[in-house]
Amino acid sequence: MSLKNVLENWSNYRKGAEEGGHHTYEHMWGMAIDLNKCTGCNACSVACYAENNLATVGKDRMMKHQGMHWLRMERYWDEPDLGGDDNEFQVRGGSVLPMMCQQCNSATCEPVCPVAATYHTPDGLNAQVYNRCIGSRYCSNNCPYRLRYFNFYSYYEESWPAPLHMQLNPDLSVRDKGVMEKCTFCVQRIRTAKDTAQREERVVKDGDVITACAQTCPTQAIIFGDLLDKTSKVSKVWESQQVVLGKAKQSKENKELRGYRVLEGLNTDPKVLYLDRVREA
Amino acid sequence: MQTKDIDENIAWAKINADVLRSMENPRMGYWIAVVCCLAMVSCAVVAEIYQYQTGLGPANLTWSQMWGLYIATFVFWIGMSHSGTLLSAILHIIHADWRKPIYRFAEAMTTFSLMTAGLFPIIHLGRVWNMYWVLPYVSDRGIWPNFRSPLSWDAFAITTYLTSSAMFLFIGMIPDLAICRDNARGWRQKLYTVLSLGWQGDDRQWRNFRRIYLLMACFLIPLAVSVHSIVSADFAMSIMPGWHVTTFPPYFVAGALYSGCAAIITLFIILRYFFRFEEYMTIPILEKTCKLTFAIAMVWTYLNLIEFAATWYGHDMVAKELLYWKFTGPYAPYFWMMLFLGSVMPFTLAVEKLRRHLPTMFVVSLFLNLGMWLERWMIVGPTLSQNYEPFAWSIVWPSMVQWAIVFGSFGWFGLLFLVFVKVFPSVSMYEVKEMVFHRRTAHRPDLAVSLHRRAEDPQPGSTPSTKGV
Repeated sequence: MSLKNVLENWSNYRKGAEEGGHHTYEHMWGMAIDLNKCTGCNACSVACYAENNLATVGKDRMMKHQGMHWLRMERYWDEPDLGGDDNEFQVRGGSVLPMMCQQCNSATCEPVCPVAATYHTPDGLNAQVYNRCIGSRYCSNNCPYRLRYFNFYSYYEESWPAPLHMQLNPDLSVRDKGVMEKCTFCVQRIRTAKDTAQREERVVKDGDVITACAQTCPTQAIIFGDLLDKTSKVSKVWESQQVVLGKAKQSKENKELRGYRVLEGLNTDPKVLYLDRVREA
Repeated sequence: MQTKDIDENIAWAKINADVLRSMENPRMGYWIAVVCCLAMVSCAVVAEIYQYQTGLGPANLTWSQMWGLYIATFVFWIGMSHSGTLLSAILHIIHADWRKPIYRFAEAMTTFSLMTAGLFPIIHLGRVWNMYWVLPYVSDRGIWPNFRSPLSWDAFAITTYLTSSAMFLFIGMIPDLAICRDNARGWRQKLYTVLSLGWQGDDRQWRNFRRIYLLMACFLIPLAVSVHSIVSADFAMSIMPGWHVTTFPPYFVAGALYSGCAAIITLFIILRYFFRFEEYMTIPILEKTCKLTFAIAMVWTYLNLIEFAATWYGHDMVAKELLYWKFTGPYAPYFWMMLFLGSVMPFTLAVEKLRRHLPTMFVVSLFLNLGMWLERWMIVGPTLSQNYEPFAWSIVWPSMVQWAIVFGSFGWFGLLFLVFVKVFPSVSMYEVKEMVFHRRTAHRPDLAVSLHRRAEDPQPGSTPSTKGV
């Protein structure tokens, strides 16, 4: 251990903090989810379980809110804005909202972690470093979306009895008990795509990366891509909906546009755009 | 009716004898108390071992409700630690000498409740074995804790406060430890010889002692205020409704002093009864403590009303809904109970007749602390149950694992306190003497002259001699 090394690291750390972390992003992975197309079939959630080795916790723990569903399908039965009541769903049906980590650009979970286990990457991702996490769970308490999941038990040994362990994705880190985890936008796929692009000496193109949920969605309601790449599909949706990053309130010219970000008024700057479902009356 | 804080006729030797008596030969009751405390601690130890092995699942923590009783009780114990500093430092600086017979155990309470509080953030961690990562130790890999996180501020604040208050307790005890040393035999004599740091009681030592004591007092006051403000930052710095409240730092400090003063009343009555400290822990001193507690209770009530009003006028829909929900939802019984115990109950302290009645005060002080514990739970619980995301709304009641650890923490505190009262003087002998001396000079000058003035001392009114003795 050299003091010089430590001091240099310290000054780099200070510099990063003062400048507000990363200034230049290589990518800005984002999403657009069209709720008109979403049928609430839960295929995305299942795909997420398969891709990210999510533990199945059983019915009881699921009921107790100890589940590990990185992507959860939220159901809402009434829409008070429309003057609805609880019986409304019998006629109209409920609404669904697939919720995964919104990868906020000014994430509330990041500053509160005492050990900096969650931080912003140059990819614009809100990363969770499992090995650094000590499980204080402050990030989850400060997440207005409650999209962080905690390993309340040790799952990796028992959750996949043979032969199920054969289907586990080898590209992922193992999470033991006491560690926080959440949707990563399939960071392992992003990594693979970037590595491939580097090997082929080109930049990552739109369509190189697709998350498990977007890949699986039967109605293609989920669009994933790089928001910095203005030609990407997802950028075009964001542009057409006149939703821009870095704003707590969007100044839409056309009020008919359906795009919104969940709880963006809290200035979390989420990177998942939802297109509101349009119903008759 | 006794109106004097302390009897002016009390002899030095009697003070020594009474206090030293409290430190010897534990009786049966003491051992029973020790066994009870050990039993409580072992409940917590069993629960903690189970939790350590299994994970935090059995504690009934969920992805919507991540903190539960652990953090609530942590804040409670941190709060309890503040009144020791209030008595020993703030009242020292403003020359309120009635604090002198009771500040020592209050100061010990500070240290021990911090030692209890410090356990909770550790217990509640998912990976306890990595807890030292919160501290900025020098690592060649250049990995630092996140200095923006209130939790790492907590780690600094608590360790600083714990070391400072333990040092303050120790420094204030040095002259008394010398008395113990002179009166003890065996292992006790060896212990006190080391701890009293060669105290002889000469003028130079007393001068230095006064200086360092005052210095520590001045250092501790802003520290105590900042510690609980930092603990409140755990909540106030977050984005959650019901936590993101500007008045939280003063609210937490007021609540801290409140619960601490209530605990002082409890321990005052216990010590007075079991150690026969009637002559030192007198009813008028209890009355003064009660008045102080009442004043702090009213400050706490006022800050509560401010918080409600600010939420009401703030028109933050989520925070407002949460406030209504606290009054009417499933937490309502506890919330109303907290308001009753915290704001209505202290009015018993305002009635002289009740204030002078020890059994009443004992029960009231316990209820006040129950109210303050509920306050902390009502801060942590409801916000996590109902906030921005309707899908995550849930009511989760703590499981036996949580209750056992909370229960055990009281045993741990009791155990530390029981050890303290038998090893160290729980009443400050030299300061009681000082208090008696001052009272004597003020009220019985004839007695003071005959007892304390030597022939060579300067007479009142004459210019003091500058010659060395």
